[in-house]
Amino acid sequence: MSQSQRSPQGNNIPGKLIVVEGIDGSGKSTQLRLLEQWLRYNEFEVFRTEWNSSDMVRSITSKGKKKETLVPTTFSLLHATDFADRFERNILPLLHAGYFVLADRYIYTAYARDATRGCDPNWVRHVYSFAIKPDVTFYFQVPLDVAMDRILSGRPKIKFYEAGMDLHLSKDSYESFRLFQSRIITQYDKMSQREDFHIMDATATIPKQQQIMREQIRHLLPRKIKKKTIMEVL
Amino acid sequence: MSDSTGVVINRKPEWYGTKRTGGIPYLKDLEISGRLIVIEGPDASGRSTQIEMLTAKLEAEGYAVLSTGLNRSEIISQGILEAKRNISLGKRTLALFYAADFADQLEHKIIPALQSGHVVLADRYIYTLMARNTVRGIARKWSSDLYSFALVPDLIFYMDVDPYVLVHRVFAKNQYLDHYESGADLGISDDMFESFIKYQQKLAREFTVLKQKYNLHVIDGNRTIEQLNVELDEQINLYLSRHS
Repeated sequence: MSQSQRSPQGNNIPGKLIVVEGIDGSGKSTQLRLLEQWLRYNEFEVFRTEWNSSDMVRSITSKGKKKETLVPTTFSLLHATDFADRFERNILPLLHAGYFVLADRYIYTAYARDATRGCDPNWVRHVYSFAIKPDVTFYFQVPLDVAMDRILSGRPKIKFYEAGMDLHLSKDSYESFRLFQSRIITQYDKMSQREDFHIMDATATIPKQQQIMREQIRHLLPRKIKKKTIMEVL
Repeated sequence: MSDSTGVVINRKPEWYGTKRTGGIPYLKDLEISGRLIVIEGPDASGRSTQIEMLTAKLEAEGYAVLSTGLNRSEIISQGILEAKRNISLGKRTLALFYAADFADQLEHKIIPALQSGHVVLADRYIYTLMARNTVRGIARKWSSDLYSFALVPDLIFYMDVDPYVLVHRVFAKNQYLDHYESGADLGISDDMFESFIKYQQKLAREFTVLKQKYNLHVIDGNRTIEQLNVELDEQINLYLSRHS
């Protein structure tokens, strides 16, 4: 059952929505930034938006996160509030204006995390049913160890909710993080087909991955694009 | 709440979403012994006065009472005040913000109190939140699905007050009309008075729909505080004596 169908006005939206999903350390943000650069270079109008980044909502979410008292339902709804704010103020109007909207995480992050935290998956889908279905969703599949190495090399400490410590999987934050991320991978894998994910091998080289992404979105672009780039060389 | 010898009887609570979405899965083993009583009604309908009077009376009778209301969660309520001031926020964003606040209170206040056998008097519940959404053009189904994680209360009262009576009570209290409670964000009218009346009428109409669906007891709120209190007190006592 897909709840994230196109909104009634969806067919008239000239913009394109491109989403990257995957666990932390899968390299999705790097790839999205490269895609953004390429689109900008070709003089398209681009807007990139990140999960959990609305200023208004973040200040409140962070208060609760500091106290470590958020129950899963509240946690889920605060992220939904953040998403709604970005959706209503940025994503939807910009798509109407013909922008390329690049989303670093989208509703699938909520599906995966909230289900892992114990919320009812159908309920989560209902909550996000106002969202528009992306034109392309890239899912960056990566072995847990590779992702762990990438994350831990750059970071001394993992945050409480990031490590899924509220799930009481382990008292050790690294072990908890590991278990939490592996459950999220399971959720992603489960929805992959239904949600039409384009699966990316996140262990491939950065240029190789980027080349695949550009090929995958080529059909969303006008036949001729102005400037010589990787695509022309292919 | 207890049997005739005074032993606490726990029971499984009822959730709105049990059939379709299953309430809150991680609370599926929850058992409660208290009672949840909700008083709904528009701004200035006298809900908080009634709740104060009922709390005093019930506690005098030996019931432990917890009173709770919307926008009172520790972490989120301040944010909602800020959000209401920030008029550029979308309707869906506000709707979810209110839902987050409600979820926080449900799990941190209402449920623990019900587990420990309290009578919880809730100053508004999900119905006001759903009515506000509908009036702002959000589909009813989305709102009812959203709140499918809520507990079904034991008793729900709706204080029905004529908007023209209401507006005088608001003025007696504040001398001005609240931007949001007047529905000024809806652009109904430039005239705040007219906007307030029309907005309250819309909400009242939505409550006639909610009344059917959620079994709300409508109380004629146009009467005096004392008259209202007698009726609420009688109905609550009747319910509690039958269910304890």
